[in-house]
Amino acid sequence: MLSGWMDPTFRLVALGTALIGAVGGILGTFALLRRQSLLGDAMSHAALPGIVLAFLLTGSRDLPVLLVGASLSAWLGALLTVLIPRRSRIRPDAALGVVLSVFFGLGIVLLTVAQRRPTAAQAGLERFLFGQAATVLQRDVEVIAVAAALILLLLLLFWKEFKVLAFDPAFAAALGLPVAALDLLLTTLIVLAIALGLQAVGVVLMSAVLVAPATAARQWTDRLERMAILAGGLGALSGLLGTWLSGRIGRLPTGPMIALCGSGIALLSLLIAPRRGLVWTLRRQGGRSRVGSAG
Amino acid sequence: MTKFPLVIPEPIARTEVPAIEVADLTVMYGERPALWDIDWQVPTGVLMAVVGPNGAGKTTLLRAVLGLVRPVSGSITVFGRPPAEVRRWIAYVPQRTAVDWDFPATVLDVVLMGRYGHLGWLRRPGAQDRARALEALAQVGMDHLAHRQIGQLSVGQQQRVFVARALAQDAWLYLMDEPFAGVDAATEQALIQVLQRLKAAGRTVIVVHHDLQTVPLYFDWVTLLNVRCVACGPVAEVFTVDSLRQTYGERALFLA
Repeated sequence: MLSGWMDPTFRLVALGTALIGAVGGILGTFALLRRQSLLGDAMSHAALPGIVLAFLLTGSRDLPVLLVGASLSAWLGALLTVLIPRRSRIRPDAALGVVLSVFFGLGIVLLTVAQRRPTAAQAGLERFLFGQAATVLQRDVEVIAVAAALILLLLLLFWKEFKVLAFDPAFAAALGLPVAALDLLLTTLIVLAIALGLQAVGVVLMSAVLVAPATAARQWTDRLERMAILAGGLGALSGLLGTWLSGRIGRLPTGPMIALCGSGIALLSLLIAPRRGLVWTLRRQGGRSRVGSAG
Repeated sequence: MTKFPLVIPEPIARTEVPAIEVADLTVMYGERPALWDIDWQVPTGVLMAVVGPNGAGKTTLLRAVLGLVRPVSGSITVFGRPPAEVRRWIAYVPQRTAVDWDFPATVLDVVLMGRYGHLGWLRRPGAQDRARALEALAQVGMDHLAHRQIGQLSVGQQQRVFVARALAQDAWLYLMDEPFAGVDAATEQALIQVLQRLKAAGRTVIVVHHDLQTVPLYFDWVTLLNVRCVACGPVAEVFTVDSLRQTYGERALFLA
């Protein structure tokens, strides 16, 4: 049963998905705490037209080329979700929905166009919908590893700034921190993490890689630092498990498996975590209610 | 290593320079004026209440001094300088409800944020910062709860944590947005003693306040605000039925 773990191809692919899961989990911690989980979903869907356009314009399927396309388009999507509510009467939640569906729709149209082209080069572009980790090559994993290291380095350098930004943005601004620039940097890091995961996980379920490990980690700890590390670990675990399961069961897209593993861990945590878990809360009920104890 | 704001070498306690000087300040929220043509002077070393009805622009006034809102017109100086240059000497206590108290942090984590302005980029809080944060917590009677998760605090304890974070900033000007909102009597007494000690140490403290009854008890200066600045001065001189009526309308007759 464990023979799959020894296969070098599997190990390479699993390293890639574990890195994607780890980076997604750590950045997802900030997305979750800043109540931007849905923004992650909109951004990952918004990446699709960028990927296909990058392919159509360059004819290349190299990961770095597609990453640039994906990042630019996801970033544009994020910008629009901020600008639309500010410049119109459309509310933020509706703006998220508009951006997600318009960009994703455009991406599907472009994908159809690309697939009608007479060359064979477009084969496999549809894997960006649901992810196919088996197509990840060694140089792709190298790109992922370098980008992941860069993201982690920037997070470490600006950790206390991101922390105060996430907890109390008004206080951060009063300290004289360039809040808009930090916000932009954090959003850009999340965009990059999403773009990294698109090949293995796909645009449709990438937000689960951001949100599920962070949701699970929040249940187990009350410190930001521990939460981020734990979310990274659980993200890597879902990446590994999902890749293994999709290979084991055979020809299943990796994205849904990774998303299912992450969501499974999150669900379990929501149920059984000490103090915050549902089981814990139910057992405590009958005593004093939580709301009544404040004051 | 550069600090977040430009550093002023020696803090500014000279009483001849006003702590805050605001001239012709107008702030708009869309079509509606939040503050209209405010002229406002706060002398150094006073403990001042800012009172006025809901929507009077009290929070906006604090945020304008902090540079968090962009005025349509007007000038603001703090200790005779542009606010951006003296940020390190201004401490801000936002409204308690502005943050999510379920955030994964301990009491000490939050108070340490008050040290970030002194640290500058790339540096982490060290032993000295921890010591200062614990000292600030002791000043508000919360040092025994330093390692408690902030989600487990009562409203009064949350306000104490926010005030402790401001104390840890070692500022010369304190801007506090309703630090007494929702707190128990013991917390109110503890916090007002902290504010009076700050005043005794030559610091300037400005507090958005709701309870008109306690204004003469707690504060020596008061600003009455209702989009315009109705009155500003020593409590004994300007906290009158007449100026309250101008601020609150006829309702003030019941309050005064």
